[in-house]
Amino acid sequence: MSARPIYKFNGGVHPPEHKRESSGTPIVAGPLPAQLVLPLRQSIGNAAKPLVAVGERVLKGQLIAAADGSVSAALHAPTSGTVTAIEGRLVAHPSGLAEACIVIASDGRDEWEARTRFDWRAAYDAGNGRAIRDYLRDMGVVGLGGAVFPSHLKLAGRDALDTLIINGAECEPYITCDDRLMRERAADLVAGIRIVRQLLNAREVLIGIEDNKPEAVAALHAAIDGADIEVVVVPTLYPSGGAKQLIKLLTNIEVPSGVRSTDLGVQCFNVATVYTIYRALEHAEPVISRIVTLTGNVARPGNVEALIGTPLSDLMAFAGEQTGTREHIYGGPMMGFALPGLNAGLSKAGNCVIATAPADFPDKGREMPCIRCGECASACPAELQPMDLYWFSRSREFGRAQERNLFDCIECGACAYVCPSSIQLVDYYRFAKSEIWAAEASKKAADKARERHEFKQFREEREKREKAERLAARQAAAAKPATTADAAAAADDAETKAAKIKAAMARAAERKAAGETGDTQATDAMDAEKRAKIAAAMEKAAARKAHLESLQGGEAPVAEAVDEAKAEKIRAAMEAAAQRKAARDAAKADTPAQAGETDVAPAAMDDAKAAKIRAAMEAAAQRKAHRESLQAAAPVAEAAPAASALDPEKAERIRAAMQKRDEEKARLAAMSSEERAALDAERQARIDAARVRAAAKKESEQ
Amino acid sequence: MSFWLALGLMIALALLLGAILGVAAIRFKVDEDPLVDKIDAILPQTQCGQCGFPGCKPYATAIANEEAEINQCPPGGDDGVRKLAELLGKEYKPLNAENGAEKPRALAVIDENICIGCTLCIQACPVDAIVGAAKQLHTVIASECTGCELCIAPCPVDCIEMRDVGEEAATWKWRYPVIQLRKVAA
Repeated sequence: MSARPIYKFNGGVHPPEHKRESSGTPIVAGPLPAQLVLPLRQSIGNAAKPLVAVGERVLKGQLIAAADGSVSAALHAPTSGTVTAIEGRLVAHPSGLAEACIVIASDGRDEWEARTRFDWRAAYDAGNGRAIRDYLRDMGVVGLGGAVFPSHLKLAGRDALDTLIINGAECEPYITCDDRLMRERAADLVAGIRIVRQLLNAREVLIGIEDNKPEAVAALHAAIDGADIEVVVVPTLYPSGGAKQLIKLLTNIEVPSGVRSTDLGVQCFNVATVYTIYRALEHAEPVISRIVTLTGNVARPGNVEALIGTPLSDLMAFAGEQTGTREHIYGGPMMGFALPGLNAGLSKAGNCVIATAPADFPDKGREMPCIRCGECASACPAELQPMDLYWFSRSREFGRAQERNLFDCIECGACAYVCPSSIQLVDYYRFAKSEIWAAEASKKAADKARERHEFKQFREEREKREKAERLAARQAAAAKPATTADAAAAADDAETKAAKIKAAMARAAERKAAGETGDTQATDAMDAEKRAKIAAAMEKAAARKAHLESLQGGEAPVAEAVDEAKAEKIRAAMEAAAQRKAARDAAKADTPAQAGETDVAPAAMDDAKAAKIRAAMEAAAQRKAHRESLQAAAPVAEAAPAASALDPEKAERIRAAMQKRDEEKARLAAMSSEERAALDAERQARIDAARVRAAAKKESEQ
Repeated sequence: MSFWLALGLMIALALLLGAILGVAAIRFKVDEDPLVDKIDAILPQTQCGQCGFPGCKPYATAIANEEAEINQCPPGGDDGVRKLAELLGKEYKPLNAENGAEKPRALAVIDENICIGCTLCIQACPVDAIVGAAKQLHTVIASECTGCELCIAPCPVDCIEMRDVGEEAATWKWRYPVIQLRKVAA
């Protein structure tokens, strides 16, 4: 035993230990359940993000969900099997609400994924501490003492640490998982401690163990072959296992409110956490199991190394649960909570499951008024005034409770344990804390909403201003250069006109080209018209030819000559049609003034035009045929969608919406800039209307 | 003589203090009414307009100017009214039913099968919590939605509905401890 002085923290209680029941037998491997339910939220901070899909086969140790952000830890498949669901399931949480879980049906083969050891020593020598921390995060290493704080964050950013404290106090009644771990796996644990020490560059290492675990102390003494690690035995007093309390006990450093122990040169790790760090770094084993104490009203109380996600009902069956259990406590009797159900899977936080029998857990006495005896204050290890906190929490004066350092309460339950009025003080503190957190969250949300609303107003204001500026600029530009522009236009008259004609022709050609591929009804109509005219011209020509033939009686040369003349005429007619069309196009596209000008153009069009017209006719004919075939097919095609009842309804709605939108658009277009200024007032009116509507709706509902 | 001395002294003192006050009035001038900000901080910032004002800030201003009652904000609920009453030293009064009733927090959800991409809801949203473009599907950014319901009325196809935000384990609150009543022997 060491000669190191042991300091004292305020208060503390001596609840009945009940550790003997489960500490006598060695750790046994837990059952391999048929199904594992793995909550994605396994640490403080963000829940992990799933990487697997339903139906996927996973191997033992495979990464199935990645850490999301820095305050998060990864999750691995505890055994080989198939992912059967990723959905909300009951989790070990006092709320009894469902949370996202990955459900794996095990195949019973427990087949490991191929593992490669991470050479952390090389990374350490290279000064790459970040790589080690990221590796631990991806191995899902979190604090297994119950708070599940991601361990990689505690190993971050320190040049040197004065004292590394390894927490083996395990002060809570009933729980013996750390005790058994220290007894049975002392060598591995010590190796882990040395790794953590190296990573943190700690000057001294102290292992704090309560004096009710002499076997663990002896085992560690035997395993520590050297003077670099000191085992310090502290007196059994609940809650000596609290981080701040243990730090006070071993170093006499009192961690003030709002300060982290790291800032004072002290860091604290739970023994089970250190063990998992060792398994991860030296054996490439992710955190897929943990030692859990199963005790209380069971036939075989003891410690089980169970896979994470093992349904708690399987664990209780494994321990031989007896009849007469009233409820199951997850965690210790002081700080744990009653489980909402046993379907939940074991989480990394689950150090103990207690089946409570009425004999061991008698009814809490009826809550009596607080008599301000002060027992709670003398028991409080955080040196708070529990009766004040209780008073303000109870009367919902959360601000005042906060002023009295409500958030320094570690919810150890010592105050409730000593309370002569049987007041469940911690319930009030938890209530007040969650109310304060919720209020803070909604305040944050409100601040964000305010910011966004103000920005939107600013943006609308800016857009309005910019629009007004643009309008003013355009008006100014239109008013000023009117006269000079006229003169210039007159000077370049001929050139511009020629250019315009060319442009008009190009446009006409383009439109025709567009008509061939896509189409508008306008061009269709135009084509049809043209076609009709051309056909008429051809008919006329044919008639004339027939007339000539009848006159001249089948004389071949004459007929040929006539044919030539005919062709000439037809061409002329077609040209005329083309001219007319060009003129029409030009007139439509631009000002009527150009219509006259196009008359000059036809010389340039001629053959090209004719060819185009022919092509257009062909295309039109094809299109028509296509349309007809489509129309024939349409009833069949339309029959299928019509089957869904939604479509006509939706179409109706869309039509109505479009109409409404067009009206709105027209209204907006008709609006002048001054009228827009009145928009705010209008919005107000709309809001009023909405209120009236809402009120009416409410009334009708009532 | 002593009378004039006293008078002179008093006048000098008055001028000095007046000057100090005058300088202080300019130097420490408060541009905005701090009361409006304090009231605005209590209001839930849903910007829903149920109070009859176009936003929380105008309502806060109206309260500060005694032009509006403190019980016109349904999203703020009973708690909000109490906080306002405490801040302003007024008497608590229950929520005015004309402005609506307190409802559990809800989020707007757009039915993607019906949305036609008209952008009307985008224009109506006071906190820019709806994304989309003309003829493109719109959707609500859940984390930004305040549940003001202003997007519901403008929707031409009624494809927006309010969905209650249920409780999750992460946001779950411990309940107020229930004190068991003593059983009275029958």
